[in-house]
Amino acid sequence: MSSILAQRRQKLLAMKALRSSPHVPVHARQDCPGCGQSVERRELASHHYVCPLCGYHHPVSAYYRLSLVLDKGTFRELDANLISNDPLHFPEYQAKLEQARRKTGTGEGVVTALGRIGGQKVAVGVLDSRFLMGSMSAALGEKVTRLVEQAGRGKLPLILFSASGGARMQEGILSLMQMAKTAAALERFSQRGGLYISGFTHPTTGGVTASFASLGDIQLAEPGALIGFAGPRVIEQTIGEKLPEGFQSAEYMLEHGFLDAIVSREQLRPTLIQLLGLHRKGGDEHGQP
Amino acid sequence: MANRDLTPAQRLALARHPDRPGTAQLIQGLFTDFFPQRGDRLCGEDGSILGGIARFHGRPVTVLGHQKGHGLEEHLACRFGMPNPEGYRKAQRILAQAEKFRRPVITFIDTPGAYPGLEAEARGQGEAIARTLAVMSALTVPVICVVTGEGGSGGALALGVGNRVLMLENAVYSVLSPEGFASILWKDASRSAQACEVMKLTAADLLDLGVIDQVIPEPEGGAHLAPQTLYHELDRALARDLDSLEKLRPQALAAGRYQKFRQMGANALRKERA
Ligand SMILES: [Zn+2]
Repeated sequence: MSSILAQRRQKLLAMKALRSSPHVPVHARQDCPGCGQSVERRELASHHYVCPLCGYHHPVSAYYRLSLVLDKGTFRELDANLISNDPLHFPEYQAKLEQARRKTGTGEGVVTALGRIGGQKVAVGVLDSRFLMGSMSAALGEKVTRLVEQAGRGKLPLILFSASGGARMQEGILSLMQMAKTAAALERFSQRGGLYISGFTHPTTGGVTASFASLGDIQLAEPGALIGFAGPRVIEQTIGEKLPEGFQSAEYMLEHGFLDAIVSREQLRPTLIQLLGLHRKGGDEHGQP
Repeated sequence: MANRDLTPAQRLALARHPDRPGTAQLIQGLFTDFFPQRGDRLCGEDGSILGGIARFHGRPVTVLGHQKGHGLEEHLACRFGMPNPEGYRKAQRILAQAEKFRRPVITFIDTPGAYPGLEAEARGQGEAIARTLAVMSALTVPVICVVTGEGGSGGALALGVGNRVLMLENAVYSVLSPEGFASILWKDASRSAQACEVMKLTAADLLDLGVIDQVIPEPEGGAHLAPQTLYHELDRALARDLDSLEKLRPQALAAGRYQKFRQMGANALRKERA
């Protein structure tokens, strides 16, 4: 690939990452939900939005996460123009979508792309919790499914980072059906030998947990991420009592057998490089089988 | 009131009627020689999913369905048809055997949703549903699913990945219960009747949206008033679908099911200039 093209791709991703992050003056301070301390925004940015005082992982945009894990200049976005069509003509939905698009700079709640990590070509998708809570729409399900199918055709490792409040209510039953569609695509991908690394980020619940997020060969999560099927409020209402401290946290899910590892944002890229290397056919980079 | 004049909220009430035939009654009415299979072989048995082997017009089939039970004791024993992960893992086990012994699969969907409990989360409710969807999607035997009562959320869909999806006339099928929907969207669970209007959850709506393939007519006033009439209608539809699916090769059955769900929501997308 020409270096000019790589530079342009890198600039584009950096610009998108910047544009999709909240506009805050550099000297502004932000209260950390983890420790309650006020942290300078610039300080936070230089630590990948991980609190330097307590390690709390602040939410980041899909483009920002991609810029964090991909090799520089290798980002190629897929299906950027695929968006929801308001299939049920649901009241006020169009306006909500428009607002979400403006806020995040993406057309839907997931960004899918091809790129390289440590030189290895990958198919990667990242859900954005700021786009209507990363809820599952038909467009989101379609973009994920196309990514899985493209990874299958190209024999590429697949990496998906989830963040979702569950179903997109305004798309009703069509939202629900995306669970079957994505799970079926992943099962096919798996049967043909594809590697799928699933990364849970805060929060991942509902239909996304109960479909593609939970079907990884390797399952990772960010520290402190909320992971579950039913939301904590629904469970509290059902059982009529307060939930224990730390319930449904990444640490809780690790203890209960649903994760391989909790990986800090700092360690994310090195961990992916290690895992991709361990799955590379025909031995390591020195050609030793 | 005639069935065709019922509002979505009235259909919801019929779908939840305490006397409505559940999976146990449907199995008794449609099959012979039923042998129930129990347990997930990991840690437990969950009565909210009833499954096993039976005969349909002589041939062995695998049957599987949500079980709400009748009467308080049964209701409590199967949490009103809301499965725990053990129920879904039992379903996966039974489906894998259907594949192994080349038995067609018939499922009955009737649940408000998967159980939102503390233990259910601790044992991986999300993973259990996801894996059931994956297993069902790849079966190379015929799969016919029937939405018989309440089809609520991922807990319902987990038994719903069929080559054919049928739905009883007064059944409902939705992303969430109308109460849950109203409480999420409008912060007011009492607006459930209004939710029923906008959710497109009736059999006729879902046929329009391409989510189901056929509506099975119910006796006037609802299935509970004349279950034998319902069994007769359903028997005819199942026999016809099974006959035609059994002519297909194993790989074609899996591929056909994949394509069926692959196009779900295809009309819900558009392309916009980037
Ligand atoms: Zn902090």
